[in-house]
Amino acid sequence: MSRWILDHLWLIPAVPFAVSLVILSLPNGRHKSAAVLAVAGQVAALVLSFFAFLPTLQTPGFRAVQNFTWFTFGDHALRLGWLLDPLAAVMLMMITLVGLCIFVFSTGYMAGDKNFVRFFAYLSFFSGAMLGLVISNSLLLLFIFWELVGLASYLLIGFWIERPSAATAAKKAFVTTRIGDLGFFLGLLWLYGRSGTLLFYDGGDGCLETGGLNMLGASATFIALLIFCGAMGKSGQFPLHVWLPDAMEGPTPVSALIHAATMVAAGVFLVARAYPIFSLGAINGVTASLMVVVWIGVITALMAALIAIAQADIKRILAYSTISQLGLMMVSLGVGGVAAGMMHLLAHGFFKALLFLGAGSVIHGCHGEQDIRKMGGLRWLMPITFSTYAIGMMALSGVPLFFSGGWTKEEILHVTAHWPASRLPYYFLLIGVLLTALYMTRQIIYVFFGDRRVASQHAHESPRVMTMPLIALAICAILFSIVLTPAWPWLHDYLTGTAADVELVRLIQSTLFLSLVLVGAGFALGIWMYRKVGVQDRQRPADTDPLEFARPQLFRFLENKMWIDELYARTIIAFSWMSARLSDWMDRHFWDRLVRGFGGIGQLLGVFTASIDERGINAGVDETTVGTRGLGRLISAAHSGQIQTYLSVIAIGVLALLLFYAWLA
Amino acid sequence: MTPTLQLFLIISAALFSIGLLAALSRRHAIFILIGIEMMLAAANLNFIAFWRFSPQSQPPTGVMIAIFSIAIAAAEAAVGLALVIAVYRHYRTTNVDHLNQLKG
Repeated sequence: MSRWILDHLWLIPAVPFAVSLVILSLPNGRHKSAAVLAVAGQVAALVLSFFAFLPTLQTPGFRAVQNFTWFTFGDHALRLGWLLDPLAAVMLMMITLVGLCIFVFSTGYMAGDKNFVRFFAYLSFFSGAMLGLVISNSLLLLFIFWELVGLASYLLIGFWIERPSAATAAKKAFVTTRIGDLGFFLGLLWLYGRSGTLLFYDGGDGCLETGGLNMLGASATFIALLIFCGAMGKSGQFPLHVWLPDAMEGPTPVSALIHAATMVAAGVFLVARAYPIFSLGAINGVTASLMVVVWIGVITALMAALIAIAQADIKRILAYSTISQLGLMMVSLGVGGVAAGMMHLLAHGFFKALLFLGAGSVIHGCHGEQDIRKMGGLRWLMPITFSTYAIGMMALSGVPLFFSGGWTKEEILHVTAHWPASRLPYYFLLIGVLLTALYMTRQIIYVFFGDRRVASQHAHESPRVMTMPLIALAICAILFSIVLTPAWPWLHDYLTGTAADVELVRLIQSTLFLSLVLVGAGFALGIWMYRKVGVQDRQRPADTDPLEFARPQLFRFLENKMWIDELYARTIIAFSWMSARLSDWMDRHFWDRLVRGFGGIGQLLGVFTASIDERGINAGVDETTVGTRGLGRLISAAHSGQIQTYLSVIAIGVLALLLFYAWLA
Repeated sequence: MTPTLQLFLIISAALFSIGLLAALSRRHAIFILIGIEMMLAAANLNFIAFWRFSPQSQPPTGVMIAIFSIAIAAAEAAVGLALVIAVYRHYRTTNVDHLNQLKG
């Protein structure tokens, strides 16, 4: 089975694609068959992924490549291929596992939606595109799936198409990621121009192997930066992060899928996959392109964590936390900790899916309300949601020892601390850890503690079909840490291609205490700051945020997302608007006139030729006809129809001939 | 007076002229047909005469042509009379002056 799947890797993405097509062809009312098909497709993909995962366990640094020729032009063949290595295998497992939980959750969450069938078709399509992306052995094939992921996200973010805000958010996501994709595509072309191949691994000649890398030379930096543009767009890195919070307009399972398993993971995965290009010619592990990756990551991580503190929408807080965590992963990749970054990506996939589905459960329980200021006291009303959400929250905050997020975050801090170029990113990340604990505490307090407010008066626990995936994901978020600990760094060594060994001493590291202190401080600060939430205070109105009360201007700044959307609206969008207006004006008043001028010349020419026609040619034709008619009349007169006249003419003629002959003789 | 070729030719020419005159001057279709028959008879007479006065006249030759010609004339007369009857039925007249539908 395992051998067979290595030769048929394409089946893994093909199954969800096929399921998606089948579901699309179902009539609109067939809710049950759509859900069953989608979940079955996802299970099939999970099983196939598992069988593909097995052989990678046996040999460290396992790599199976299967290339084929797409088409040939001239003597040049364009080749694509499938690839299975530890990086792809763990992504396959994570996507299918998290995807399955989300699919099951969706069957409950979307139960009342009239476009239920279409939703599952899109979900399957999304999952298939992402699965194809991770097993591509060609940058071009990866780009194709990359765009399919973008399309699927567009369709799902704008799923509630009747809401103008959803349509706008979908458009924004598509256009913003498209800006990054343009860079990605240019990098792809440049890479192809230099190395002549887009295959990652091709028996030593691929663009990630020495054969291809040697041909890149100094252009590797620019190629890497252009590819990173694509990753920035997809993974919501500053300055292309603006689409990600707006993507919350989609149904909550979609947000979970985008933020955990699929869309945003693609960017980090791309950088991890193309890492040899980024690190080409590295001196002491530092290159210009990796430097950019690190600093973009640092800016993103800090900025998003700050903004998250002042958001009121439960999903928006999570969205900004995703951006922040993605920044963290980018930093990790940039400082050389590819394995650490990928580990955090995988762990993040589990607990962020858990948090989003938990948020979905809360929203479902509060009848569609998303404002955390209107919730509160849900702890006893939704116990399962609360406990799983708390596990997710602690994993996200990076509580050490028991939660997967803690170990991976610690690993990232560890590699960042040893970055030779600068210590600054490390300090910034420490602040980021503190902020993460702070805003998650704030959210938990607002949603689950204190008195019940408007939206949580009649809240109820969600049905089993929604709580089961929560429990499954919570277990994953905790158990996943088994393979993450430094004592037995199985996943780390699996990704880097070495065999893992057990050594308990490594469990205790200096960063462990440091993160314990930081997370503890974050929790404490959060509890202290938000202790009076929902409690009537003489000085402070009940519905204002404590931070808003203390520092109104700072809060306003963060609440409005640092005015970045407004900045874009004033600059880039205003510029496009202006140029559109200018083009419109040019079109109406300049090009139109030019065209009309040419039209006028044509018209004049037409009038001129018409007069020639009327006066010259027509008259000539008329004269000819009149003449012909006269001649005809003349000749027709001879044909009197009098047969005797004809006969007499013949007789006279013969007589004349006779006389003529007589005269001749 | 011995019969000579000239005599026959003169009679034949006279017969032909009378026939032509009849065909040209009469207005009744049947009379025109009779005129045409007379012209044919003149031609037959010429055949016979030339055969009779030729230096070596073989018995059947001239007579054969004449008989053949007469047979054709009979057929022609039959067709002509049939045409006249058809015309009469259609136009209620046999006056050829009124039958001028083929004028140009």
